[in-house]
Amino acid sequence: MKHCLVVDDSRVIRKVACRILEDMEFSCIEAEDGQQALDKCRQAMPEAILLDWNMPVMNGIDFLKALRNESGGDKPVVVFCTTENDMGHITEALRAGANEYIMKPFDSDILSAKFAEVGLI
Amino acid sequence: MNSANFEFLANLLLKKSGHVLSPEKGYLLDSRLGPIARKEGLSSVEELVQSMRTGNDQRLSWAVTEAMTTNETFFFRDRTPFDLFKSEVIPHLAENRRPGSKARIWCAAASAGQEPYSLAMILREERSALRGVQMDILASDISDKVIEKAKAGLYSQFEVQRGLPVQLLVKYFQKQGDLWQVDPSLRQNISFKTFNLLNSFQTLGTFDVVFCRNVLIYFNQQTKTDILNRIASRLAPDGFLFLGAAETVLGLTDAFEPVAGKRGLYKRKAIAQAKVA
Repeated sequence: MKHCLVVDDSRVIRKVACRILEDMEFSCIEAEDGQQALDKCRQAMPEAILLDWNMPVMNGIDFLKALRNESGGDKPVVVFCTTENDMGHITEALRAGANEYIMKPFDSDILSAKFAEVGLI
Repeated sequence: MNSANFEFLANLLLKKSGHVLSPEKGYLLDSRLGPIARKEGLSSVEELVQSMRTGNDQRLSWAVTEAMTTNETFFFRDRTPFDLFKSEVIPHLAENRRPGSKARIWCAAASAGQEPYSLAMILREERSALRGVQMDILASDISDKVIEKAKAGLYSQFEVQRGLPVQLLVKYFQKQGDLWQVDPSLRQNISFKTFNLLNSFQTLGTFDVVFCRNVLIYFNQQTKTDILNRIASRLAPDGFLFLGAAETVLGLTDAFEPVAGKRGLYKRKAIAQAKVA
């Protein structure tokens, strides 16, 4: 079973995302901010990361940059999932090493389409 | 809806668009025609059909026909046809057409434009593989409304997230308020046209590739056969036809044969071969 780390400061969003991902046969790990996510990645790199942008402590883009500098941090497929929906944020995310980008609100159709796009399912 | 009204509506759709309205599709009537009834100041879909039976309002019959067509689509829908377009069709045309010559693609049920724009993006990405062969796209649909939308090339955030890789969104779209608009350069080689597949294809010219996906399913056997044969007559002898995943030419026409192992892709059958078979 593939592991997906769901990083979002909203408990509700994490819950919704995990429910969809579990239907797609992922096992989910949760983190509330970028720092927690980085700690979890240092314990074990997941195959996939669903990543919010705006979070306390460490935001999504800083987490992504830090992740890509970790040993083995190039492996996880990172899909941003954020309310930031302008071209500037999207290109910044891609430059920092994001593989796909979901603009909230999302549903299971979008999530599975994007995961298929990057070869996760 | 009473059966006389249902029958009237089914006949109207068959005549205007070739679409078969079976009783199982009855559930669509309220959601599709309710808004038209309200616009006409009528209290129900039943009343709308009743008034169509007594009057002979062509504008209203057309609005009803248009509303009953299905326009569900998304970018790179089903993916396989687009992969095959890249791996089979482009190399074949690059090989068999002169550099500088024009090849033509017809999207025969283009809906709101996602299919032709997906093809235009592939053509742009694969420009060097085309070896100087120019490709133009004719995008047609029976519905004025969706062709207008296709022409504008404006899509909601939801629409650009179904099937479109974010790298292509960044490359070929611009944000306009809450919507996303296709880059004008991508629209350059596409012409848009309202066109009913029941009408003669004579005026459309000839094609090298035809995409006719997820539209035959709405027609009866006889209309399917007729449309496939008329497509064959407008298609280059070495041209390609793409059908939807649930569609086939088998049992309908000898003009096409499936390309082995390439789901949804068909070639014209050589005439001599067809006779032997």
